[in-house]
Amino acid sequence: MSAPLLGEGIIKGLAETARNFVGSYFKKDRLVTVQYPEERLPQKEAARNFPFLVYDGEDWQKGLRCVACQICEKECPPQCIYIVKDTVRKPDYVGKLQFQPKVFDIDTSVCMSCQICVEVCPFDAIKMDVEYELSTSDRFNGLLLRKGQLAKSNDYYRKIHPAEAAEVDGRLGVEKAKAAAKAKATAAAKPASAPAAAPAPALAH
Amino acid sequence: MVETMDQIFVTSKHWLVGLVPTQCQPFFSALLSVAAIVITFATLFAITTLLERKGLGRIQNRYGPNRVGPYGIFQPIADGLKALTKEDVVPRTADKAVHYLAPLALVVPVFLALAVVPVGRNMAALDTDAGVLFFFAVGAATELSVFMAGWSSRNKYSLLGAMRAIAQMISYEVPLILSAVTVIMAASSLSAVKIVEAQAGYWGIIPRWYVLTPWGLAGFILFMIAATAESNRSPFDLPEGESELIAGYYTEYSGFKFALFFLGEYLGLFAVSGLGITLFLGGWHAPLAGLGWIPSWIWFFAKLLALIATFIWVRGTLPRLRTDQLMSFAWKLMLPMALANILAAGAWRFMPAGVTRWIGCSLLVAVPYLLFARALTGRGQLVKRVYKYAD
Repeated sequence: MSAPLLGEGIIKGLAETARNFVGSYFKKDRLVTVQYPEERLPQKEAARNFPFLVYDGEDWQKGLRCVACQICEKECPPQCIYIVKDTVRKPDYVGKLQFQPKVFDIDTSVCMSCQICVEVCPFDAIKMDVEYELSTSDRFNGLLLRKGQLAKSNDYYRKIHPAEAAEVDGRLGVEKAKAAAKAKATAAAKPASAPAAAPAPALAH
Repeated sequence: MVETMDQIFVTSKHWLVGLVPTQCQPFFSALLSVAAIVITFATLFAITTLLERKGLGRIQNRYGPNRVGPYGIFQPIADGLKALTKEDVVPRTADKAVHYLAPLALVVPVFLALAVVPVGRNMAALDTDAGVLFFFAVGAATELSVFMAGWSSRNKYSLLGAMRAIAQMISYEVPLILSAVTVIMAASSLSAVKIVEAQAGYWGIIPRWYVLTPWGLAGFILFMIAATAESNRSPFDLPEGESELIAGYYTEYSGFKFALFFLGEYLGLFAVSGLGITLFLGGWHAPLAGLGWIPSWIWFFAKLLALIATFIWVRGTLPRLRTDQLMSFAWKLMLPMALANILAAGAWRFMPAGVTRWIGCSLLVAVPYLLFARALTGRGQLVKRVYKYAD
């Protein structure tokens, strides 16, 4: 009889499932389930969901890179960013006095994770975060992130997106070096006058 | 000691019955038996739901439930609490009385059917001369409950599911009973207890079970296939094919009524497996000659769990049939095979014991199988479906 015997396929299928059943107890690689709260997969470098604010140094209030230029606020498609400029200025990483945000809120219940704020920011002050455990019992205030919650250190940024952070650090370093050289040249041109512009405070790494 | 362990439930029941006044004793005795059956099989139902989910998980290379308690062993308790606390929705246009009675009409006959299954030596709650007949009679009552559920819900999916279930259950009742007829012929009795006694003894160390004869093996396979269809389990779970019929005849059931249907379905599975054990697998007899010291009820439940494991295994393997495949399988293969098997059992009865009888009876089963299989596969039935425009 050339045709397969009726019922042969069932036996084959039963053998296959039996292999799965027994194999799942002996071969760890068969069980691909990641038991989430206890086990986690390593974060992918390309992962990103909500924006955060980068600060340099130890103190987030001093080191915040944001200069409250409000470009992100204007560009944000769902308008989830709310910024109020402060009247007090503070020096930035090259020593130039800049504005700073008095209020910087992002409503993550509105944010659509488009990353446009990151792309338009001329100061590398806002970057995408990878934090995903954001559930809260208070959907109005719990999801509205304040400046303090948004501020995260440059070290954290290096940890979650190493390649991207290295590129940003390189660029800022070059600018800082350029600014330092210029300041030196200015200082050399006017040796007699008092150094009005102090050397850049060690804010940037 | 062996005798004590074997009869521990029987003696303790006698002792308990002796405690009440004489005129109450028959009633109390029945009550004890009923309580024992309800508690044992309801517990087994809880264990089986967990084992099924675990087993199916492993078959699909998953863990299965492992959150509630160590290894998820308290999952049935969580499921039960959930079913109890859920809202019980009855459709406004439903026939409320019938809708309410349908789950009860499923569970009660199934418990009745379990009463005739001997779960150990001297441990049949109801030992009647027509035990097997009684089993099939009350077993057929479950079809009524399915149709009650489907009709009273006033839902087209329920009704379609119930129609499918009725068609399927009636079709498979025929091969189920015809495959059981062989055993009744061989044991010359309809009593479940007598059938188990007829399978006592050993050939060397091999037990004298009916499954170890050519007609018994074929009958057992036919019986188990028909039992799968009778209890609406995968791959014969068309009446509740969720992709087509939401949940079939219990679409409109929720909360504890749904849990009762679920319970009834599993109890039906236990009952029909228990009957399969009684008829073909030697009931509570030990599978090898030297193992008689282990209590008989342990053997019965070990066999029951093994059959349940097989049901889970089959469920994890086979996809659902199409209705026409289901029907042609029942009427064009199962029914003629069951009839051929009765012939083989008759030949076994009248031929002298020996190798000739073995070969003759095996041929009486195998040749019809090959012929029917060829006829079915040759004429375009039960063949792989070709999707003309999809490939």
